[in-house]
Amino acid sequence: MSAPIVDVNVNLSRWPLRRLRGDETAELAAMLRAAGVAEAWAGSFDGLLHKDIAGVNARLAAECRERGGGLLVPFGSVNPALPDWEEDLRRCAEEHRMAGIRLHPAYHGYKLEDPAFLKLLTLAAERRLVVELALAMEDERMMHPLLRVPAVDAAPLAAAVKETPGLRLVLLNALKGLRGEALARIVEAGEVYVEISMLEGAGCVGSLLKEVPASRVLFGSHAPLFYIESALLKLKESPLGEAELRAIREEHARRLSRRSP
Amino acid sequence: MEVWDLHCHLSGVPGRTPDERMARLIEHADRMGIARLCVFMGMEWSYDPSPEDLRRQNDDVLQALSHWHHRAFGFAYVSPRHLEASLDELKRCVRDGPMVGVKLWVAQRCSDRSVDPIVERAAELKALVFQHTWLKVTGNLPGESTPMDLADLAARHPGAPIVCGHTGGDWEVGVRAGRAHRSVSVDLGGGDPTAGFTEMAVRELGADRVVFGSDAGGRSFASQLAKVLGAAIPEDAKRRILSENLKGLLGPILSAKGVRL
Ligand SMILES: [Zn+2]
Repeated sequence: MSAPIVDVNVNLSRWPLRRLRGDETAELAAMLRAAGVAEAWAGSFDGLLHKDIAGVNARLAAECRERGGGLLVPFGSVNPALPDWEEDLRRCAEEHRMAGIRLHPAYHGYKLEDPAFLKLLTLAAERRLVVELALAMEDERMMHPLLRVPAVDAAPLAAAVKETPGLRLVLLNALKGLRGEALARIVEAGEVYVEISMLEGAGCVGSLLKEVPASRVLFGSHAPLFYIESALLKLKESPLGEAELRAIREEHARRLSRRSP
Repeated sequence: MEVWDLHCHLSGVPGRTPDERMARLIEHADRMGIARLCVFMGMEWSYDPSPEDLRRQNDDVLQALSHWHHRAFGFAYVSPRHLEASLDELKRCVRDGPMVGVKLWVAQRCSDRSVDPIVERAAELKALVFQHTWLKVTGNLPGESTPMDLADLAARHPGAPIVCGHTGGDWEVGVRAGRAHRSVSVDLGGGDPTAGFTEMAVRELGADRVVFGSDAGGRSFASQLAKVLGAAIPEDAKRRILSENLKGLLGPILSAKGVRL
């Protein structure tokens, strides 16, 4: 494979339930580089359950800078259910100079029609931050019995996107359940992108492109929780044209991160 | 490296007929370098199939196989809730037909003795027994086997090679559940490409008891192959998992049928 890849869906630190190859930053960066990834948008697993989100984001920024091998781009977590979350957003933008933020409604316990969430989208859009919204992290059938989080209802997103001018939204781990009409409605509502880590089915990328234009489909691996080879091989499984491949592998993700602060 | 896929279906790919769907599966398999596919269950599924359902679904598979005997094998779909019909299907599809295995799904848990005559007959015919299993924190279907049910089945039939479908879904539990039973192999297919899955299966069971299956068309060949190609295991272990183990499991019935590879 020639052209470099922008992976919009990786995480640093520890998955709470398992040690993973690549849960040390330098190791993950090396794995990504070996897979042909030139830039990876990194959230932190700590952002799921830690209440000290400010600490999580400061560590994330430092890890990417010091051990990211020049390819990790930090995306800080913001939890609009915590008091003074606006300060976390400000630090992500002004102190850490991040390109975007990560949201985890399933783990932070709010719905996508919640006024605080809508306000967060607006403030992020004003700051030109890319918003990455993770709809899931793992198959709900596999969750630890004492750590079950509810599925996120994505339906309110179409209206939320329409009401937030300038919003650039990337849906992470969304495509296992969200397909067809329901997906098209959200993507058409504004500047909304999806990534392929949880996309399934024989020839799945080809079928996705019948529902969503290639300009809205990004490469996401969900590494290190998923084998990075999964997303890589999906690009081979479907017959894709050069332009489609370039669009998914890097073109639109690069355009997104370049337009950020 | 040669790849044989233990676990494919005629579902999850477009096509109005078994032939059309089979052609689509083969197309994607070709792109992923998969040489042989095991196919089971028909165009339309039901949790508790009637005898007519079973026959119709096996007919779909026989039709799908008819142009692809050099690439695909069939497993007869049966149900302990219809013993006579199931034994008749074994006669029709395996003894007198081209099929080489037996598929048990979610009609009846395999801890129930009603499945015993089917497994005994399968063993006589040297047909490989594939039992779906899943341990769901969200709750199993009434007739859906857990990997612990499968261990119970294996203990009752120590001489019959049995495949634990999906490694129990919740594979960290599934691997342990079948570990003590040497006749149990695990199928890697059908779950997310969660990193560490294959490494743990190889560590606990040995590479000889781990078999690549995709569960395509519902799953992507790519995401499932990634579990093997992305695993930190020796090349030799990958070779066994990707084809040699399945060749070994099917060896007795293939040579009894005079199938030359
Ligand atoms: Zn299956």
